[in-house]
Amino acid sequence: MSFARSNQVHIYGWLLLMPAAIFLIAFTYYPTVATLAHSFFSDGTALRPSVFVGLENYKLMLEDEVFWKVARNNFWFALGTIPVSVALALLMAVWVNGRLPARGLVRMAYFTPTVLPMIAVANIWLFFYTPDIGLVDQVLGMFGAPGHNWLGDPDTVLGCLIVMTVWKESGFFMIFYLAALQSLPPELEEAAKLEGAGRWYFFRRVTFPLLMPTTLFVLINAVINSFKLVDHLFILTKGGPDNASNLLLYYIYEVAFSFFDEAYAATLTVVLLAVLAVIAIGQFVILDKRIHYR
Amino acid sequence: MFECLKRTLAGTLLAGALALGFASGAWAKVELTMYYPVAVGGPLTKVVDGLVADFMKENPGIEVKAVYSGNYNDARIKALAALRAGQPAQLSVMFSIDIYELIEQDAIIAFDDIVETDEERAWLNKFYPALMENGKTGGKTWGIPFQRSTIVMYYNKDAFRDAGLDPDKPPATWDELAAMGKKLVKKDASGQVQRWGVMIPSTGYPYWMFGALTMQNDQVLMNREGNQTYFDAPGAVGALEYWLGLGKTHGVMPEGTIEWATLRQNFLEQNTAIMWHSTGNLTVVKKKAGFDFGVAMLPANKRRGTPTGGGNFYIFKKTTPEERTAALKLIRFLTQPERTAEWSMKTGYLGTRPDAYETQALKDYVAKFPPAAVARDQLEFATAELSTYQTGRVRKLLDDAIQAALTGTKSPSEALGAAQKQADRLLKRYR
Amino acid sequence: MRGGLRMVGEAVSVARAGAGWMPRESFWLRLEVLGAWLLALVWLAPLIYAFWAAFHPPAYAIRFELFAPLTLENFAEAWSQAPFARYYLNTFLLVSSILAAQFVLCTLAAYAFARFEFFGRDVAFALVLVQLMIMPEVLIVENYRTMTLLGTVDTILGIGLPYMASAFGIFLLRQTFKTVPKELEEAARIEGCSFLQVLTKVYVPLAKPTYVAYGLVSVSYHWNNFLWPLVITNSVETRPLTVGLAIFGAPESGVDWSIITAGTLLAVAPLLIAFLLFQRQFVQSFMHAGIK
Repeated sequence: MSFARSNQVHIYGWLLLMPAAIFLIAFTYYPTVATLAHSFFSDGTALRPSVFVGLENYKLMLEDEVFWKVARNNFWFALGTIPVSVALALLMAVWVNGRLPARGLVRMAYFTPTVLPMIAVANIWLFFYTPDIGLVDQVLGMFGAPGHNWLGDPDTVLGCLIVMTVWKESGFFMIFYLAALQSLPPELEEAAKLEGAGRWYFFRRVTFPLLMPTTLFVLINAVINSFKLVDHLFILTKGGPDNASNLLLYYIYEVAFSFFDEAYAATLTVVLLAVLAVIAIGQFVILDKRIHYR
Repeated sequence: MFECLKRTLAGTLLAGALALGFASGAWAKVELTMYYPVAVGGPLTKVVDGLVADFMKENPGIEVKAVYSGNYNDARIKALAALRAGQPAQLSVMFSIDIYELIEQDAIIAFDDIVETDEERAWLNKFYPALMENGKTGGKTWGIPFQRSTIVMYYNKDAFRDAGLDPDKPPATWDELAAMGKKLVKKDASGQVQRWGVMIPSTGYPYWMFGALTMQNDQVLMNREGNQTYFDAPGAVGALEYWLGLGKTHGVMPEGTIEWATLRQNFLEQNTAIMWHSTGNLTVVKKKAGFDFGVAMLPANKRRGTPTGGGNFYIFKKTTPEERTAALKLIRFLTQPERTAEWSMKTGYLGTRPDAYETQALKDYVAKFPPAAVARDQLEFATAELSTYQTGRVRKLLDDAIQAALTGTKSPSEALGAAQKQADRLLKRYR
Repeated sequence: MRGGLRMVGEAVSVARAGAGWMPRESFWLRLEVLGAWLLALVWLAPLIYAFWAAFHPPAYAIRFELFAPLTLENFAEAWSQAPFARYYLNTFLLVSSILAAQFVLCTLAAYAFARFEFFGRDVAFALVLVQLMIMPEVLIVENYRTMTLLGTVDTILGIGLPYMASAFGIFLLRQTFKTVPKELEEAARIEGCSFLQVLTKVYVPLAKPTYVAYGLVSVSYHWNNFLWPLVITNSVETRPLTVGLAIFGAPESGVDWSIITAGTLLAVAPLLIAFLLFQRQFVQSFMHAGIK
């Protein structure tokens, strides 16, 4: 090792790590553990101190219809956003990587949503979705379609949020694909051309498998985002109508900061943490396999 | 780092201020922080800043920092959170219905415990009784009405003429509203609606609109103690059935929920002939409407009715006697008849006390613009807004039930029944 | 402005270069090009609309007429309705303080992971990676309590604290440091550098592209971040632009799209202009950050 005797290495190593470790402990590990602990206590108010209640909060949660609805919503939200945004990202990357006319402009257009704050553009999307006078209805109206109450209809509201999220995310994911595409050796494509392979065949058999690691990385990001991204709810729907568009993290926010029930919020957070942990473990298992593959 | 800098700066400033204060023989300033929300249109922050500046000019010993904190929910969250974090405000304008929550958190102090002189005691009785309903419980006054409103009916007189209706006779009953609404609906050749008859918003504050409908059906939503709701009473179910029917049966209102935030725009775009909305929108509608519009009381079924709404002043418990006195002074200043009149004219909110309407300024204004008096006249029929212990949760239960019924996922009686059952569970321990 | 011109210029030259691609290729390829353009248009639509509504009088906010009069009134109105100058300052202080702290903390930790085989290193590294999953957004409730204890509620420091040790940054820098040849380090040591000097004289300069990339990702993330700042701030003195904008445009107050879009453009302008001017660097930086 580079620096002198080995016990010094341990000391230096830990000293260098220390500052970051303190922050991580204070704002990631400790709160994770504390959340778990608080989920076993009742909520305290000024007049009613908090007491240990065991699994009472979890029992309440299982009986809470809103929780189940929110969990279902989040599931559909994830299922709606992840494949579409990843597929679209790949398509964008392929387009922008080819010799597309006005490529720079198109690439900029795809990437722009990434630099715009969700909370700011939500107001603009609110206009798009507003019944009758909104842009979507105005455009549809040109084709003679009747106006629709997009955000006021429980059957369409989640779809509206999914569309907006896909818009926000796919340009970001495109970048990762673009990076991967540009690192592929160009000889591959030339060889394929000589062999007379079609574009689609080449993509399916060569490019796509080579992009697999990127796809995995993007997928994981997409999954995390589908549980983390709730900013637009604050402007667009506040989870309504009747919780039809409520998502887990927004519900946690509501419970904690609107109902002031921190114990129940902690319980819900534990569920969210558990979901993320499962994803993390899944990731390690898949990544392990990939390493063998290589 | 800069936090440190800020402290140092603040310290220097404070020291400077103190030095100056002593030099001029004055006492150290009392500093007040006041949170206030804005839930309806207009640049209210400017108006509040102006009023506060006037106050400070008159009372150089008191420094007031007015903090605009978003909507009513945000304001309550922020004030309570700051309180928990140990850097409380001294007073705040918050939702009138937050009273039980604030009492339970032991956050506020009753005005009866602050007022000292007879004059101050008399001041407590200067306000409209309907507006005090949300401010009193357990025989004490906890909130003083400030930015208060009721629901009124805005209607497009041009549309009334267009539909062959008398523009000076807005619907006065539920049946008339449905019947006139039908005439007001305008469709194009392909049968697509171009103008709706009426819109009642059902996002944001659905329970509030519902409070009006139930009151008109002669049913209140909760008891005075804030520990019992009546969501599944026949009068309430009937009210929700009527609301749902406006879209479903009569076809005068779009089905599904109607967005609170964009409704005003819908009305201004003449996309609906009638809207129910807060009086707080009056000034903006007046400024922006490109057509002849009127304002009327809400229609009646068994009786007329509307809940009051909006924000009250509260004084927090974690305050020194000096701060309380200063806060009371500020509140009394802001609720003087003349200021109340000014506030009302600039915003469309109610003048909160009868003598405000006796001031020359407001008299002239009402004479020139009669809609400004509608909300006041309607106070006679007004009742308290839904307010209970666990207000946030109970409200959401009702909001969800209303939206479930309006979007057709549950029937009105089913939705309200379920909400009542859950509200009972929440409120049991407060009985 | 210049960036826009440059982009148009670039587009034209690309179009010319692409001309060879078009003619003999099939109908399907043309369809693809059309699809790509159409998608680009849809993707830009919100921004285009924001410009439309912000630069026209409110009467045209939802009506699209080619010759509608232009105005700057909405911007004046938006500017006067909210303390944007203060919000800019807050956001600026926020992103720069986070970035500074992240650079220091992540550099030290990454150096340790890359070059020191200390006891428990692998376990520690795995623990750091946990934060990639459990981001501060998830822990708002508990972190709020912590901030209460620390007395950092409603301070800009409080907004930044949970983000300062970034697993992503540590990971990224560690990968970069690992590619630095050991010989360079040894040479520096022979010249008598201490191990911290080696870090600042050898590793940090060599990792410059990574710092730029990470910096851009971090700045745009925190410029746009909303949930945690919303929770932790109470006053004008601390609110970043996003929270100020949410409160300013709170739908409760009745949506006035002309003013809201003007406010939105004000809020995104610095980042958007920077993005347009340095588009290539932005995209390449994000790619650089992602490729590892």
